[in-house]
Amino acid sequence: MTISRRHLLIMLPAAAVAWKYVLAGTPESAPNYRKSEHWWSMLIDIPECIGCGNCVRACQAENDVPDGFFRTWVEMYHVSDENMVNPVVISPDGGKEGFPAVAKEDEGKYFFVPKLCNHCADSPCTQVCPVGATFITPDGVVLIDQTYCLGCAYCVQACPYGCRYIHPEKKVADKCTLCYHRITKGLTTACCESCPTGARQLADLKNPNDPIHEFLKTHSVQVLKPQLATGAKVFYNALDGSVR
Amino acid sequence: MSGVEGYMYPNEITLYWSILIVLYPYITGLVAGAFILASLERIFHVEAVKPTYRLALLTALSFLLVAPLPLQFHLGHPERSFEMYFTPHDTSAMAMFGYVYLWYLMAVLVFEIWLDYRRDIVLRSQRRKGMLRWIYKIMTLGSSNISVRSLHIDERVGWVVTLIGIPSAFLLHGYVGFIFGSVKANPWWSSPMMPVVFIFSAMVSGIACVMVLYMAVTRLRRKTIDMQCVDTIARYLFYTFIIDFSLEMLDLAHRVYEADESFRSLDFMVHTKLFFSQIVLQIYVGTLVPLLLLAITQVTKLPEIVRKRLYAIAGGLTLIGIFAMRWNVVIGGQLFSKSFLGYTTYKMALATREGLLMSIALTLLPLGILWVLVKLLPPWPEENGTKAAGMSI
Repeated sequence: MTISRRHLLIMLPAAAVAWKYVLAGTPESAPNYRKSEHWWSMLIDIPECIGCGNCVRACQAENDVPDGFFRTWVEMYHVSDENMVNPVVISPDGGKEGFPAVAKEDEGKYFFVPKLCNHCADSPCTQVCPVGATFITPDGVVLIDQTYCLGCAYCVQACPYGCRYIHPEKKVADKCTLCYHRITKGLTTACCESCPTGARQLADLKNPNDPIHEFLKTHSVQVLKPQLATGAKVFYNALDGSVR
Repeated sequence: MSGVEGYMYPNEITLYWSILIVLYPYITGLVAGAFILASLERIFHVEAVKPTYRLALLTALSFLLVAPLPLQFHLGHPERSFEMYFTPHDTSAMAMFGYVYLWYLMAVLVFEIWLDYRRDIVLRSQRRKGMLRWIYKIMTLGSSNISVRSLHIDERVGWVVTLIGIPSAFLLHGYVGFIFGSVKANPWWSSPMMPVVFIFSAMVSGIACVMVLYMAVTRLRRKTIDMQCVDTIARYLFYTFIIDFSLEMLDLAHRVYEADESFRSLDFMVHTKLFFSQIVLQIYVGTLVPLLLLAITQVTKLPEIVRKRLYAIAGGLTLIGIFAMRWNVVIGGQLFSKSFLGYTTYKMALATREGLLMSIALTLLPLGILWVLVKLLPPWPEENGTKAAGMSI
């Protein structure tokens, strides 16, 4: 089997993330982590995203995400002047392999929007779980106890952002864990780690030295679907009004 | 991607609530509606519907026994479903279903049926032979006193149970409506009207079901249909249907007039993907036609044979219409993207755990259970004598 340069470039970030994971060891090796000292969120700087799909590939490699399902994905928006409320959105295979090139003569604006679980503070998915298999950790991450989940899919229906799915083999709910196994060991998430432009930044709102505080003060930042009052904690810089 | 139009979030392409989840509110609706019909005689003294009283109770029980099965077959891990009883999550709208179900099954329906049939069960446990004798003996639960005073107590307690049963029936199906109506992420479901619409549609479907069953079974038994009874049931069906339809139209008018951010997307869906099931089946075939047929029977004096046929057609179409309504709620609520930019397609499997054959089997199963129950506990007055007559023996 020959590996082309293109394939090598695709595989390298995933391999780097995987190697980091191996180095990091098992979750039990994070004895000094104190949940009460953190409140995790993520910052997404939309103008910085180039739609390379590294984050999607890294996430799938790190978390063994089944084919056809996504813990994170990237959308490409095309908003024309005539129809600002009805953008054209694509996300071929979750944006894993990037996006088709845009012709220069195309009108309107194009931009990329990475999506993932918003780890809502008032998460509707946690609210509806009939057995409490979905829960919010003291450090603000929405997780699923897959040994307890019934697979009823009520949480899938309740998530306004389409972030959940039923794992086709495990038959339980699955979603982004904010790479909890990594962040509790002082690492960043696989998607942030692999982002070449720093468009995705893991942020700890309880850490006074985290650069997110300065960023939130100086930028126009928004969350998705604020009208639903979910307490979403994925903050988007320069979020266009057409984004759903 | 096949079956997808516009843009769906990538995890939305697969529908997770299948036809089995359509069956779940349909079946619980039949239970609640049949019970409400039974309570007409018991609580509101509508004597005309008496011939259907016991049949309605047995119908409700047959469907209630099957109601949790679609959920069970739908779960990814059915072996963990008991966790809902042991560790219910207090903020979940779904968590209480097990308790509401058990309350309704044991504290209302089984208890009421047992009280109503206790005299017959005791008599049969004494008269029958062999296996049946033992079955009836077990069903007496050791209570074999059928003195006048004892039966009088049965009667009074039964009345109280029915009285509690009416709000319980509302609770059962209103609760199912709340499971959908409280999902704020989904504008097709999210509505305070949902539990109310579910309750009235339940009454419509339950009343129609018992009416059709009574006519069909009486015909099979080669007995005479009590037309006063069927006329009365049809009248109640007509009134309830008008309330139900008005509520649904109010909801529709509200959505159309408000035309919020989801409206364009939902409107498009109703005119394309849901056109047949919503406009054709639910509204025209399943609502307007039966309402018209029932209205004709109310304002004209038609011969008995014509009325029977109109009732049978109206009842059958009503059952189709309410099924279509459940379909449109459950499946329709998953066909559009929460981005409001696209639509997916429901591809129903045939012979899988959540497929068509399973749903047909689960629809027929209550009828099988009803057949057994009717054999064990005949609901026909001429075979048992009425309660009052029984007490005078």
